[in-house]
Amino acid sequence: MTRTRTRDGVHPGWITLTAFLAPAALIYGVFSVYPLARTIAFSFYRPQEGGAAQFAGLANFVTLFADPYWSEGFFNALWNNLIFFAVHMAVQNPVGIALAALLAVPGLKGRSLYRTTLFLPTMLSVVIVGFIWQLVLSPLWGVGEELMTAVGLGSWFAPWLGEESSALVTLSLISVWQFVGIPMLLVHVALLNIPRDLIDAARVDGAGAFGVFRHVQLPLVMPTVGLVSILTFIGNFNAFDLIYAVKGALAGPNFSTDILGTYFYRTFFGYQLQSGNAEMGATVATVMFLIILAGVMIYLFFMQKRMLRAI
Amino acid sequence: MTTRMRLWAVHVMLLVYAVLALAPVLLIAMNSFKSRKGIFRDPLALPTGETFSTVGYERVFANSDLWLWFANSLVVTVVTLAAVVVFGTMAAWALAAYRFRGRLVVGLFLALGIMVPIRLGTVAILDLMTSLGLTNTLAALILVYIAQGLPVAVFIFSEFMAQVPRDLADAARCDGVPEFRIYAHIVLPLIRPAIATVAIFVMVPIWNDLWFPLILAPGEGTRTITLGVQQFIGQYVTDWSAVLAALTLAVVPILVLYLALSRMMVRGLTEGALR
Repeated sequence: MTRTRTRDGVHPGWITLTAFLAPAALIYGVFSVYPLARTIAFSFYRPQEGGAAQFAGLANFVTLFADPYWSEGFFNALWNNLIFFAVHMAVQNPVGIALAALLAVPGLKGRSLYRTTLFLPTMLSVVIVGFIWQLVLSPLWGVGEELMTAVGLGSWFAPWLGEESSALVTLSLISVWQFVGIPMLLVHVALLNIPRDLIDAARVDGAGAFGVFRHVQLPLVMPTVGLVSILTFIGNFNAFDLIYAVKGALAGPNFSTDILGTYFYRTFFGYQLQSGNAEMGATVATVMFLIILAGVMIYLFFMQKRMLRAI
Repeated sequence: MTTRMRLWAVHVMLLVYAVLALAPVLLIAMNSFKSRKGIFRDPLALPTGETFSTVGYERVFANSDLWLWFANSLVVTVVTLAAVVVFGTMAAWALAAYRFRGRLVVGLFLALGIMVPIRLGTVAILDLMTSLGLTNTLAALILVYIAQGLPVAVFIFSEFMAQVPRDLADAARCDGVPEFRIYAHIVLPLIRPAIATVAIFVMVPIWNDLWFPLILAPGEGTRTITLGVQQFIGQYVTDWSAVLAALTLAVVPILVLYLALSRMMVRGLTEGALR
């Protein structure tokens, strides 16, 4: 054995160390990191007539951003994706925080039953959730209309998923319905970890339940809200399943629900008469990678600032 | 406002949201046990003697390979989970227990996978699988899902392993116990709760995934349940009984898994990772 001890810890010897790390590093490297790097590399190449692809610099990116045939679809998808994300931020986080706060009320009976129930939709397949809501909102079946009539809002009902003006927001809200469990659970856990003394101290100082939440608990769970936001950002900017299940690869009506995931799919695989294009697909994926990377950087920048301030 | 009244108000709000969370799923499940007439005449009524029917289920089982899809999904998720737990705990232990040059680099290398979705590498993954001759095999899905699951698993396992008392491993080392035995016989049993947490975080996205089955294994023989149900519904859109039954059947397995593991998952979250 070649294991050695130093002041800061144990070194088991390189053979043992390699044996522990190699399986994970190898599979992850070969099937995740390498394809990602290769996809980025693909985006700088162009296929040649009957030959190997040729290096083309940034030509694919210029095509994607400037050639109307590509850019119209791309910027439409990017804009729709931003709306998709904005709806999540505006609805999912506040509702999730509110539910977490309700679940954390002291003396609440049935807490774990509520928690299990409210988190349930998050566990379901996005595909299944999409189909379920498609049926519920279907004007053909009329369940949604009937329910709205029952509470006096019948005249507000419309085939939201079918109309160009409302399909995207409706799909975003379906996604929010499904994933609100994530902010709820994570914020709930963060609330449970706040020392009891802190809350008691605020109480003694005369703060009411809402005051305690607003001035003590909420600021302390903001890092968790930040974490949820970046997770939502990453999830939203490579979302695909929901749109594909409900609207198909063409993300209708008239591409009004097209987001980067579905645009990437069509570019790479083709659809109907247009054939797939691996290099342009890789280019779209690279842009998606850069968008996600930018989001992560911004998140880390703010988190780091926070951490420095805490020190 | 008294505490009692406030608790009542909290219950009312939580109940309203619980109904919103459950009702769509219950509506689908309830109507899957009705005849076509019953589904359309009164969607909000429970099945009665007159409207009760299992024709949807009969048609799903007669016209689809549901059992095959289910078996495929089961093989993919179970094999992936086993590999992720074994390889993930090994890597996490190496990162948590040992001090070596390059530790930070290996850690960051793995952390990259938490931030960057593996889907973005799809173009090259398909290329790779084609050259390995693995398209339309479950092996292709398993390999990709192991790579997808490992970063999160290593992260969660590391959090738990950091809590394993150092003296325990050190005492064993003094007795001359080899490193691999320390990992297998001392560390692994101690982090069992983490395995439930990882199981949920790794299995659920795999079971529910549409993207990779659609791209890497769309063939009849290798369809997973999510892809199979998606294609089935696309084909039988107008057959409401069959669609409702297929949706209900797709929800059941994940529901069983969730109810079995949910308690442990919350405990895993509160005690270990993400704290």
